[in-house]
Amino acid sequence: MPDAPGLELIRGEIERERPGAVRATSFDREQAALVVDPEQVLAVLTWLRETPGQGYRFLSSLHAADYLPAEPRFGIHYELLNRDRVERIRVKAMLSDPAADDGADGQSPRTDALARPQDSAQPLPSIDSCVELFPTAEFQEREVFDFFGIHFRGHPDMTRILLPEDYVGWPQRRDFPVGGEPVTFTYNERNYG
Amino acid sequence: MAEFEDAAAGVVAKLSGELDEDRTTEVMTVNIGPHHPATHGVLRLVVDLEGEVVRDLRPVIGYVHTGIEKSCEDKSYWKVIPFVERMDYVSYFFQMQAYCGAVEQLVGLEIPPRAKYLRTLFLELNRIHSHLVWLGTTALDLGAISMLWYCFRERDRILDLFEMATGQRMHTRYFQVGGVIEDIPLGFEEKCRSFAEDMPVRVGQYEALLDRNEVFLQRTKGVGIVSRERLLDLGVSGPLLRAAGDPWDLRKATPYLAYPELDFKIPVGTVGDNYDRYRVRVAEMVESSKIVAQCLDALPEGPHIADDRKYVLPPRSELSTSMESLIHHFKLVTEGFRVPAGEVYNAIECPRGELGCYVLADGSSKPARVHFRDPSFVNLQSFREMAMDSYVADMICSLGMLDPILGGVDR
Repeated sequence: MPDAPGLELIRGEIERERPGAVRATSFDREQAALVVDPEQVLAVLTWLRETPGQGYRFLSSLHAADYLPAEPRFGIHYELLNRDRVERIRVKAMLSDPAADDGADGQSPRTDALARPQDSAQPLPSIDSCVELFPTAEFQEREVFDFFGIHFRGHPDMTRILLPEDYVGWPQRRDFPVGGEPVTFTYNERNYG
Repeated sequence: MAEFEDAAAGVVAKLSGELDEDRTTEVMTVNIGPHHPATHGVLRLVVDLEGEVVRDLRPVIGYVHTGIEKSCEDKSYWKVIPFVERMDYVSYFFQMQAYCGAVEQLVGLEIPPRAKYLRTLFLELNRIHSHLVWLGTTALDLGAISMLWYCFRERDRILDLFEMATGQRMHTRYFQVGGVIEDIPLGFEEKCRSFAEDMPVRVGQYEALLDRNEVFLQRTKGVGIVSRERLLDLGVSGPLLRAAGDPWDLRKATPYLAYPELDFKIPVGTVGDNYDRYRVRVAEMVESSKIVAQCLDALPEGPHIADDRKYVLPPRSELSTSMESLIHHFKLVTEGFRVPAGEVYNAIECPRGELGCYVLADGSSKPARVHFRDPSFVNLQSFREMAMDSYVADMICSLGMLDPILGGVDR
């Protein structure tokens, strides 16, 4: 891990080349994270990968998390690894949900979250794909799309990967209703209609 | 008889002649799986074949997706452990360690030295177990049926050890946040030591069966090579990367548990073909049995679980005498413990590569997100390049050597 001052140095160097690319840094439980502008995430990843002094050339994981009450709610995490110095750094791009109401009536923006249908007509948050830079991201970006409905621009095959192709909804979102699905065993049909 | 043979030869000649005329460069798309003994689980492959040569390949996954990550969000932290074990069902101790390690980092809990050694011991037994399942089934794919029985004979001894210490043969739920649930029982050490002594001998027997087997060598040598740079780009880790000559092992690179105090080597290959992959895993089994023996030798005395009553269940004997223990016990089994908000990515070396666990805590007693970076899932991306322009039979061999566990791929 780069330590807290090391993280600030990285931030400073990125700031010099691309002002506004890094929005915040966090150093929590010995793990360093850069929160970046989602529009410039590819530039930051390229910089971290290609700059000689950095060399974070291994993308060990790409995943997403839904920080629901917070805004912007979706976080795309890139766990980068420098194998020479054995240092990890997390790049986080926060995306808001374009389908959410902006709460103009002063109400909480998501009172109808559960009632809102999650269908294909709904606009999806989107971010640039990093498959060109890290080919390993191909499956992992598809997985994020599958579960969070985050569209990766420029991905060669942006389709569902684990869920069936005709599945409706983005189940890992925090407002996705958890509940049972009716199981059509003949026994159930006979007894419970 | 001779007449019959002549007739049969005629038919064969005629058939192959007809085939010869039909042999064109036409590409045929063939579906393999999802239920097929050679796919090591429920993996479906859509393969473009030109004759017998693979020209393109697309793995279709998701047949055993069970939504474990989503289910975890609905359980308190300690109840998540049995869920995550069932992802990669051959290396369950590793899943537990990745998850428990992440939660321990979140709450800032230090585990006692004895727990570190016990965890290391069981992780390495599990590594041998996982490699034995791999060796048995992959050799079976290549026609070496007896290997399966030999490997499963040793695997059974490991499962006996698991049963003795944890009560379960698989999915043991042995690791807890803060340590392990129980100390090892009387007699375990002796049984485990005799296993660790036997295992290198058994590995020698496997090598005697396979290393001079003409069929095995021809099927594996020079097959399925992907360059080291390409493997790194594809995010491949573990034995596949080491077989290509890269000595990358998280046990050495980012020491965790008792690994920094143990003496072991990282086997590497040279070319990165299927034979190297086999050699690396077999050598790892020997190294792992050395680690097991060292763990038993150096096993420190002391508690097997941390003493922080906010996170760890009190000993059963205290429940009838101490009111505080009863309260803690009640709080832990009803609500569970609360974890301060934060997020952690904890990566360990699983038998298939880097197993990462990401846990997001929102301050409540349930995790807001549990994500596993499963090495089988990521490594599967390199399969297309391993099998490209090889025969179908070699594709099956490469898939076996890739060693994907579909439970881990689909989660």
